[in-house]
Amino acid sequence: MNALRRSLGNGLVQAVLVVIGLVWLTPLAGLFLSSLRSSQDNAKGGWWTALSGPGQLSFDNYSALLKNAGMTQAFWNTVLISVPATTLVVVIAALAGYAFAWLDFPLREPLFLLVVALLVVPVQIGLLPVAKLFGALGLFGTIPGVVLFHVAYGLPFAVFLLRNYFAEMPKEMLEAARMDGGSEWRIFTRLVLPVGRPAIASLAIFQFLWVWNDMLVALLFADSSSQPLTVQLQSQIRQFGSNIDVLAPGAFLSLIVPVVVFFAFQRHFVQGVMAGSVK
Amino acid sequence: MTATTLEKRQAGPRAAGPAPVRRGRRRGRLIALLFVFPALLLLGALVVYPVLFSVGRSFFDASGTRFVGGDNYAEMFRDPATLKAIRNTTIWVVVAPALLTGLGLILAVLVEKVRWATAFKLLLFMPMAVSFLAAGIIFRLAYDEDPDKGVLNAAVVSVHDAFKGTSTYPTARGRTGLLTQDRDGSYRTTASAGDSVTLPMVGVLPGDLPRDASPARTAAARKAGPGELRGVVYLDFTPGGGGEQGKVDPKESGLPGMKVEAERDGKTVASATTAADGSFRFAGLTAGPYTVKLPESNFAPPYQGVSWLGPALVTPAIIGAYLWIWTGFAMVLIGAGLSALPRDALEAARMDGANEWQIFRRITVPLLAPVLTVVFVTLVINVMKVFDLVYIIAPGPVQEDATVLATQMWLVSFGGGNDQGLGSALGVLLLLLVIPAMVFNVRRFRNSQR
Repeated sequence: MNALRRSLGNGLVQAVLVVIGLVWLTPLAGLFLSSLRSSQDNAKGGWWTALSGPGQLSFDNYSALLKNAGMTQAFWNTVLISVPATTLVVVIAALAGYAFAWLDFPLREPLFLLVVALLVVPVQIGLLPVAKLFGALGLFGTIPGVVLFHVAYGLPFAVFLLRNYFAEMPKEMLEAARMDGGSEWRIFTRLVLPVGRPAIASLAIFQFLWVWNDMLVALLFADSSSQPLTVQLQSQIRQFGSNIDVLAPGAFLSLIVPVVVFFAFQRHFVQGVMAGSVK
Repeated sequence: MTATTLEKRQAGPRAAGPAPVRRGRRRGRLIALLFVFPALLLLGALVVYPVLFSVGRSFFDASGTRFVGGDNYAEMFRDPATLKAIRNTTIWVVVAPALLTGLGLILAVLVEKVRWATAFKLLLFMPMAVSFLAAGIIFRLAYDEDPDKGVLNAAVVSVHDAFKGTSTYPTARGRTGLLTQDRDGSYRTTASAGDSVTLPMVGVLPGDLPRDASPARTAAARKAGPGELRGVVYLDFTPGGGGEQGKVDPKESGLPGMKVEAERDGKTVASATTAADGSFRFAGLTAGPYTVKLPESNFAPPYQGVSWLGPALVTPAIIGAYLWIWTGFAMVLIGAGLSALPRDALEAARMDGANEWQIFRRITVPLLAPVLTVVFVTLVINVMKVFDLVYIIAPGPVQEDATVLATQMWLVSFGGGNDQGLGSALGVLLLLLVIPAMVFNVRRFRNSQR
């Protein structure tokens, strides 16, 4: 009797979870199917009509998108922003994280507490002052400007994560390396970086997705020739409804890269997000 | 307390430092400074300095030339647009984190019971990798008001129609002069018990006429007995022309499925639904006059669903999109806390005969409290800063109904407002709101260092 009730309960749980899973999948499926339909079909009816009439589906919107110079430029800009912004954060934060964990310098403790405090500073507060600063430096509207802003606002979390990871390294390991007369630089590149690889991978993936997906920072700091995909698509949102054949494939193109990265490195990503909670 | 924590913290790593030769030590410090310099330079120039600048700038007027003291802060609570933003952000903070934490907790507990837990977690977590912009476009599509295009309204309309039914004759009108139309759209005529009435209608689209509809003439000729009221509702239109207005001509069809009510002194005393030939019959009436009424439900326009992105629902709708993105995060984090729970405590409770609900309520939730707090605080911080989703999902005209602090700050500073004093003040307000989280983080970090 009890076993029966338990298995019934389990069946109910399974059913509920299946329904929730479908609810989660539907909006994404809707975007994908919409991206494969002509603007006339999208104007006539919902994407679900394509389920019974798969003849509507074609990759025409995507080939049109690839011929759209503005879109391809924006796609490359996204890459040109995300890759350096990720690399720089990893390098700069690894150096600082190691110093905060194992090296001695004045004000080390208060400076690290400052980094912890900066974790939650909203980017909004930096927009205006940094815009003025970049204007004076000639960086406003350029890709390096966007990259630098992302690096700066990614650093608190990055330094925090790596410092904590490096600090867990066994002391004996470092002492042995120092006894052997290795320079700090050598210890850093030969010992700390390899040992810290899991944390560095989590950080890199997290930061990459963060920058790839950003719209707000680029909206202000990128001009029309350096704008990433998100901003390019955002500029067309006003005509929403008449341009689903552009917006839907564009949005799908912009989300497929992070989703593939997510599935390829899910463990690292989840760890990065978990470490970044309370950010 | 500060001193002790700091001392303890320094004891470990410093002991591991280079041998205490003075020159070596100075050199070591120089190297250490070189290691941290790039990070400190960027943080100082692009984070710390801007915070200070914004705080200062918030005390100056729009052009930045005149010191205005706290005027910008007072303006924030006077200007209807920023007030609206403050109100909406409050709604976000009150609703979204609690909802997400609760949902995450329930799902984390449920998903442990199935074998495909990993796949489910992956699926729900995946939206975290999707940009707010893409999510915004996804939900603009889903929330489309036209039930033929927006999947949500398509679902709502089909559920609504399944339960409430659709009106049969949305386009039908009563023949003018023969039937009186009430203000609510229903039609009526008067008759007494023992009478037989005809109710002529026009304007029924050929497609709306049910297949089983049959000519009304025979039924119209039937006489009513005492205490009985008979009648037909028919389409007063002969296909192909001919026929007389107000008369039931041979080819004219009855209108089946029409609701008819008999009213006396404003009270419904009997109701019926017409048969295939459009006939209806009320029996057992006391003598006297009645109003025969075709209620407006026969003619109601088809249900069009919910205006998700209208001024009233736009904020809940955007919060819905936010749930899609963040539920997986809450579930995975809480799930990790769940798997770290001491199994023996749960087993012991089960042995003692506690049921699942008691275990959940008395053991799981209290033990999970620290994780739940972290999830909740994280969500509060993120919800306060929500920008892209509101900016993308709210259509232009509804933008001001959906506005939150972050979007308002953007609009005021860059999007046409061009008041950098007020904009800075809004930025500072955002910062002030996250200060408790800042304190929480610093505390948590210090405790972890003990």
